[in-house]
Amino acid sequence: MKLVTAIIKPFTLDDVKAALEQVGVLGMTVSEVQGYGRQKGHTEVYRGAEYSVDFVPKVRIEVLVDDALGDKVVDAVVEAARTGKIGDGKVWVTPVDTVVRVRTGERGTDAL
Amino acid sequence: MEGNTAWVLTSAALVLLMTPGLAFFYGGMVRTKSVLNMLMMCFGAMAVVGVLWLVFGYSLAFGDDVAGGLLGDVSQFLGLSGLLGAPEDGSTLAFVAFQAMFAIITVALIAGAVADRVRFGAWLLFAALWATVVYFPVAHWVFDFSNEDTGHVGGWIANNLGALDFAGGTAVHINAGAAALALAIVVGKRRGWPKEPMKPHNLPFVMLGAGLLWFGWFGFNAGSALAANGLAGVAFINTIGATCAAILGWLLIERLRDGHATSLGAASGVVAGLVAITPACAFVDVWGALAIGLVAGGLCALAVGLKYRFGYDDSLDVVGVHLVGGLAGTLLIGLFGTVNANPDGVDGLFYGGGVEQLGKQVVGAVAVMAYSLVLTFGIAYLIKITIGLRIPDEAEVNGIDEAEHAETAYEYSALRSGGASSIGRAADTLAGKVPANASKEGATS
Repeated sequence: MKLVTAIIKPFTLDDVKAALEQVGVLGMTVSEVQGYGRQKGHTEVYRGAEYSVDFVPKVRIEVLVDDALGDKVVDAVVEAARTGKIGDGKVWVTPVDTVVRVRTGERGTDAL
Repeated sequence: MEGNTAWVLTSAALVLLMTPGLAFFYGGMVRTKSVLNMLMMCFGAMAVVGVLWLVFGYSLAFGDDVAGGLLGDVSQFLGLSGLLGAPEDGSTLAFVAFQAMFAIITVALIAGAVADRVRFGAWLLFAALWATVVYFPVAHWVFDFSNEDTGHVGGWIANNLGALDFAGGTAVHINAGAAALALAIVVGKRRGWPKEPMKPHNLPFVMLGAGLLWFGWFGFNAGSALAANGLAGVAFINTIGATCAAILGWLLIERLRDGHATSLGAASGVVAGLVAITPACAFVDVWGALAIGLVAGGLCALAVGLKYRFGYDDSLDVVGVHLVGGLAGTLLIGLFGTVNANPDGVDGLFYGGGVEQLGKQVVGAVAVMAYSLVLTFGIAYLIKITIGLRIPDEAEVNGIDEAEHAETAYEYSALRSGGASSIGRAADTLAGKVPANASKEGATS
């Protein structure tokens, strides 16, 4: 099994979610996060005093998938989240040892 | 006559609303962890100064002069003795109420200079001492006019000097602004200022507060005519014109300097314009009001940067807006004053009147500024070396709301809630089963 984690621009979330449903993903975890990469932050001015805001708001999506689905999911996210401009985000895949569905106790791919 | 009393009573209520308005104007500008303390400093000023005013403040300010125009007779109207029921039209008590609100807002204005870091008890003590030693005497100088019919003798700026100040450019704004500078210097900078970002936490609050201030300010300025007459109308109109022009002035400076017209700039422009037109509102025509507003808006937008240059943490720019705006409005009467607006006024330099009035305006402004600066330094230093002014560093970093009031303004996270067990603890505390501070260990860790 794989954990696909994606950091994306918040406004692309709806498109990414739709794309994931298209390839058969049944659930996901989404959180609002802040950070910076090449994009850096922005500047705000209050009564003439400049404040640099280093962290940019982003959305983090986490999806657990079967090994066979991993590449398709990554491609779907990348295609839906890409604007071609700086700050589009990143997607990475990590191996997962065990998954348990809390309600039934099912393990492994049955729990996905 | 009763019509005049009705207008003054209405105006008094309008001016009272300015202080809660100010609380939100200031409260939105501080950080999430100290908004309650800022609101409480304003409400605390209402409580302390309101009581003092009725007990002896009115008498110090408006009693018969006992010190060459410097101070009223404190014993004359102690507890408003002799004023209840007379005269029949109620005008005197309406005036007492109206002026009470001026005393309150003047003290509350100072709070913005020392946001986030002053012990609540020390602030209340400061409010009491400052009102007694600084505001009440200065109100006597500026607002207490002599009356030949009754034999009443008033203060020196209003009667001997003849400087014009219709609604309090000197007594309220220069006075509070100078005090803010002195108090900010004695209290010292906030931890981390100016390196750490200290952004306003709620700009909609700031704009809401500015709106309430503007609304109340019509009572402040037009009410100062003390009658429902044409002069009140002039003051009202000029309070529109100058304020609108000041918004444009502030935003213009921002657009040119920083690239954007900001909401904080618009709200600040409102207050800068209101401050500047306060002394002048019944002495200038529409052109004068628009010019004063435009100048004050631009000037104050530049003046709020002074604290970074000189290194004093006037947190919410009381100096940049009230001292600078108050000076601008008071002095510009000397240029823009015209008897067309008010036959009891004067013609300023631009209306063929020479520089004489400008000179009087300078003397009045400088006298109030110097008196307030010196006395405030003294009061603040006295409190600093006795009971202390500041909360501990750790409390300041964690937030003054929790440290001084045991409250937080906003509940964001369910995880932080103590749930039912804390209610039980509160009940136990009330019943005397556990000491009140027993629950604090968990809250501050």
